Parts: sequence; C-alpha cells; structure tokens
Amino acid sequence: MSTSAPDKTPGAPSPSSARAAAWRSVVELARARGARRFAAWVFGALVLALMTGPSGTNGAPTSGFTGSLFHPRVLVFLAIGVGLWALDAVRFQYGASIRTLSERATAAPGRMLQSRRVRFAVYAAALAVAIAYPPTLSGFWQEVLVDQIGVFVLLAVGLNVVVGYAGLLDLGYIAFYAIGAYSGAYWTGALPVHPPFHLNPFLAIPFAIAAAMLAGVILGAPTLRLRGDYLAIVTLGFGEIIQIVATNLQGVTGGAQGVTGIPHFSVHIGGVHYAWTLSNLPYYYLLLGFVVVVLFAFRALENSRVGRAFAAVREDEVAAEAVGINVLKYKVMAFAIGASTSGFAGLLEVSKIGFVSSQDFTVQLSILVLVLVIFGGMGSLPGAVAGAAFLQWVPQILREHPLFGYQEQDLYIYLGALLVVMMIFRPEGILPSRRRKREIVLAERGIGTADAMSGSSDPAVRG
Amino acid sequence: MCFTHNFWSLTVQGLSDGFLYALIALGYTLVYGVLQLINFAHSEVFMSGGFAGYFVLRAIIGTTTPHGVSSVEFVVVGILAGAAAGGAVAFVLERVAYRPLRRRGAPRLAFLISAIGASFFLYNLAGKEFGRESVSIPAPFNLSATVFHVFGAEVQSYEVVIAISAVIMLVLLDRLVASTRLGRGIRAVAQDADTAALMGVNIDRTISQTFVIGGLLGGAAGFLFGLSSGVVYTMGFTPGLKAFTAAVLGGIGNVRGAVLGGLLLGVTENLGVACVQSSWRDVIAFGILVVVLLVRPTGILGERLGRSA
Repeated sequence: MSTSAPDKTPGAPSPSSARAAAWRSVVELARARGARRFAAWVFGALVLALMTGPSGTNGAPTSGFTGSLFHPRVLVFLAIGVGLWALDAVRFQYGASIRTLSERATAAPGRMLQSRRVRFAVYAAALAVAIAYPPTLSGFWQEVLVDQIGVFVLLAVGLNVVVGYAGLLDLGYIAFYAIGAYSGAYWTGALPVHPPFHLNPFLAIPFAIAAAMLAGVILGAPTLRLRGDYLAIVTLGFGEIIQIVATNLQGVTGGAQGVTGIPHFSVHIGGVHYAWTLSNLPYYYLLLGFVVVVLFAFRALENSRVGRAFAAVREDEVAAEAVGINVLKYKVMAFAIGASTSGFAGLLEVSKIGFVSSQDFTVQLSILVLVLVIFGGMGSLPGAVAGAAFLQWVPQILREHPLFGYQEQDLYIYLGALLVVMMIFRPEGILPSRRRKREIVLAERGIGTADAMSGSSDPAVRG
Repeated sequence: MCFTHNFWSLTVQGLSDGFLYALIALGYTLVYGVLQLINFAHSEVFMSGGFAGYFVLRAIIGTTTPHGVSSVEFVVVGILAGAAAGGAVAFVLERVAYRPLRRRGAPRLAFLISAIGASFFLYNLAGKEFGRESVSIPAPFNLSATVFHVFGAEVQSYEVVIAISAVIMLVLLDRLVASTRLGRGIRAVAQDADTAALMGVNIDRTISQTFVIGGLLGGAAGFLFGLSSGVVYTMGFTPGLKAFTAAVLGGIGNVRGAVLGGLLLGVTENLGVACVQSSWRDVIAFGILVVVLLVRPTGILGERLGRSA
C-alpha cells in the first residue's frame, strides 16, 4: 500500500532514471503486502470456483476444471475475491479505527451478555423455541432435527470437553460412538452374541457410557503421556481400526450388513407405560432433555475444580504440574468424559433407528464433529451447540435449494476448507468462550500455550 | 509358525512395501524435524503423486504395451510426474495451511487442525474432480514378471523397480541432507530454529524446501504405489498412517530411522498377515504403532532431531 508509492525525487529526472524508478516501483508494488494479498484472494476465489463447480468423472477428469474455471461463472468468483481483497485492504489500512468502532458497537450487548440475568433470559428463550417450534415443522425437518442436529449437538458438546476444555485433538471420536452403539445393541439383545440379561435402552445407558469411557481410558492413558500430536494420530488410526474390527468380527457385531431389531426406548414405571417409536418428535424431546442435562453438567464441570484444572493444563502444562495438578490424570479424565458422551450419543442413535452397521462409523464423521466444535468455538458450550446446529442445518437447505449445485459427497471439501479458513482467520470460533479467546491471543504473543500439547514453546513452531 | 511357510516370498513383498513406506515416512520425518508437527496432509501429497503419474502415463502410453528401454523411460517419467505433483502440492500446502499460522505463532493444536482440514479438503476435491472410482495406471512394463529367485522366493519386476528407484532416491536424499547447503539449513532449523535464524538461515524458505523435498519423495511413492494398487482419491489414508507408524518406529525426525522403520514395518506386516486374515492387515500396523508408543516412543534409532543424517 503505502510502500507502493513511487519515490518523489525533486527536479526533472532523465528518461533512463525515470524508467528505472518506474521499474523499481513496479517491483515494490509486487513485493508490497497488498499485491501479495491480492494474489492470495484471487487464488482463494479460484479454489472456491473449483469447489462449487461441476464434478469431473473418471472418464473425463478435466471436465470439472474446465467447467468451473474456463466458464463465465469464474468471473463471479473472481469478483468476490477482488471484493474481499478490497475489504481486506480497507481493514488493513483502517484496521485500528474499524476495530474500535466494532468494539464500541458490540460493547453494550457484550456487557449485557455478561450479566447473569440477561444470559439466563437468552438461554431460556432458546430453550422455549427449542420446545415450541419443532411441532410446527414438516416431517423431513423433524427427522433432520433428531438424526442430524440433535445427535450431533450431543457429540459436539462431548468433543468440546476434549478439544475445548482440555486442548487435546481427538480425530477418532466416532470410535467411541461406535462402542456406545454396539454396547447398546448388545445389552438390548440385538447382536448375534447375547447378554446375560436383556435391558431396556434406558437401563443400557450406564453400560454404554461405561464401555465408551473404558475404551477412552485404555486408549488415552498410554497415549496422553506423549506429545499431543501422537494422540491425534493414534485416535485417527483407532477411528479407522474400530470400523475394520467391527466389519471383520461379523459373528459379534453383524459386520457391514449390520443388525436390526434394537428396541426403542420405553418407560414402564408403576402405572406409566410409554414407548418411543420411529416417530421423530418424541425422540426429539427425549434428546432435548438429555442435551439440556448434559449441558448443565458440563457447565458445572467447566466451573468446578476439575474445569479449572483443565484450563491450567492447557494454558501452561509445566506451571500446572508445578502447582500440584496431576496433568496426565486430567487429560485422561477429559478424554474419557468426551468418549463417554460420544458413547451415549451412539446408544441414542441406534436405539432410535433400530439398526447398527459398521459402515456408519467412518473417520469422516469424526472430522465432521471436529468441524462443528471448531466452527462454534472450542471451549464454548453455546458455540458448540449453535455451531453444530447451524452447520448440520445448512447442508440440508443447500441440498434442497435449486440454485446451488451442492452434492452431499462434496460436504467434506467444504468442511476441510472451513477448518483451514477458521484456523487462519478465526481460531477461537464464531461464538468464542472469552477465556479461550484470550488464551489464543496470549499464546500468539508467546505467553502460555492454549492447548495441551507439551513442547509448544518450540522455537520452530513460532517461526 | 504361520509365516515360516512362505517366509522369503513374504519378506520380499514386505521389503517392497517397506520401501514405499520409507519414502512416505521421510516426508513426515523431515517436516517433523523442522516443525515438530505431524503433517496430516502428507497422505494427500502421496495421492496427488498417484494421480499425476496416472494422467501422464495415460497420455503418453495410451493402449500400447511398452518394453525394453521405453519401459524404463516411462517409469522414470511417471516417477518424475508423481514427484513434481507431490512437491507442488506440498509447497502450496505449506503456504496455505501452515505459514499463516506460523507467522502468527498459533498454538500447535491450530496447526494440526489446519493440516487435517487440508487433508480432507484435498482428497475430497480430488474425488470430485477426477471421479471416485479407482483407476489403474497403464503398465509401463509387465509388473508380475519373475526376475530372479531369492531362497526359492520369486522376485517380481515390480518389486525390483520399487527397490531400485527407492534406493536411488534415498541415497540422493541422504547426500542432500548430509552434505549440501540446503541440508545444513534443514539440520540447523531442526536443531534450533532461533539460532539458525541468527546464523543467517532463512527459516521460512528452509521450511518450505523441506516440505517440497518430502513432497517429491511422497509423490514418487504415490506413483509407484499406484502402479500396482490403482489410483483412487482415498488411497492416501492407510499408507499415510502406516508411513507415520514407520517414522515413529524408526525414531521420528531421524532420516535413516524412517527408512529402517519403513522396511521393518513392511516385513512385519506381511509376515503378520500370513497368521491372520488379510482383512486384519491394517490392524497389525496400528497395533505396532500403539506398542511402539507404549514401549519406546523415541523409536529404534531414537529421535535425533537436527542430526538427522
């Protein structure tokens, strides 16, 4: 920007030196921050054009490229890219004053949200909408609400404990969902192997949670001693392995064909008899109840001694150790809490659809849940809930929408790109937790770590 | 024992797999050396090499069946195409998914998340653009011709090609890291990036070059792997995980360790498959990863960050 201004040399310059000056200013311009950013935005726009464009096929592998890049529609994306670059340039030039303005604009609502009463009112209103609105929806959206949103909100809230509270990266989160699902199917007597006694899904909940938690401890205890990235790769592998194991052990799990006949939830206490069915609305309310309970529990967890220990571990592991916090214990605890939440969600989902197959537990789903947490804001309960609900809802509209050529199998292109973009521009998420945001900002200035991956003061990472 | 029956032929297959794992593992280990981070998207660098090799060979071979000198030329062209694509993808990857975070000094968690996002982005985009069915690279030579016997075990031409090209690349890399200016820069950054910067090493450029070197090897491995197993957008995941296991097994950050780990893993895996059904193959490698992390997380040769030659 300002560096691109040509030197103002007094007096009449000779033609050759004028040419040299012009050349210098061109070089300056190319080197300038603005030009580089311009290239970055144009590159981003082309990538977006490619992502949203038509697909190629095995027979015509270049047709996707030609259809999306050598087609008038690319101009729209270039325009978007240039527009964003202009915005970015304006922000760079006047960044300080814009930030002040936006801070002033959000200060009042921000202060209001800090008041307990206002926050309580917001949550109560959200809950009221969550209770009163769904019955007015069509059957399709009620199903989305249960299978796509409800279950994934629960999963996101659980993964939030691992990624958000403890600052660990779990890439095989769905493995625990599978374990919960299979133990639910086992205790209700649906699997080829039979339990000593058959249980109602309600009574199978503790078993499913315990199994998932146990798996979390067994996997986590050895791995969490090591650097944090080893946990990421071990969980990534575990997520893949659990699917292979479930597929191979056909005599136990039903394998890829799966098993049916997992009973629905039902209540038989005293004179009350009620059984859930395939119908979505009753399951929605059941799920809503569970989610609210889990949210209260995790809110309490966050503000408890344990929650403070989590924060201490992720802010500075060495200091936490020095003040007597058993770092490994709390890491394993967070990992196991996340795992058990995932197992719980697995039980709920299989009991609702009555079917479980090893094909449902892909590594991709683990990444989906991770995106939900990162998008909403790691460490933020409202963020995890809103992020999960929003991101699970958007693809459903886009699929129905006639204007967008969105295909379901392209989902992970968008989610992968979203992860990168979030990490570059807004690592704290859309609705960040105040503490987590401050940690990330501090970590970027070299204070603390904002994650539980020991050794992050490595100079090479700081660059 | 179950694996004594076909011991030598399993070992030969294992070494051939192992050379591929070693080539990929070097990408993990080099990047780990300079950044202390697992590059989750390295498996997609490998995949891009497979696709590049496929497109180039499909264009130049067509439906003919080459033999003799032209076979060698086609293999070399395929390897170069794979390596070029791998290097290019690794370069862009570092620019987009790593450098902005490094500039900001982001927490490590952010790097891993960004890398896993890039990985999912890349392989799903490849699936969208190139189709989601597996395709086979036109064979530049008869892959399964028996070349010679070792202890009664057949050694096929494909295995010979892999061994020769891998050894050439590994020796080149070893020389590069040990005795060039660039190699010294990489080792200096791995030892102590801040001090290296004070000594005049351009850290950004060195890291970028490290990614590209790892990408060249990974892309070449992608082509060699695709020759026999076909090319598909999801091809990177499992070899990537195994190569990472190999890198950890040999001692992550250690170049020779990655080679040793790759060969060991390949052999162990093939001998292990003889004892269980082949559908458990991937579980063996994962089991090895967990056991190594439990028993000796620094690997066989130890983590010799910075003295990686």
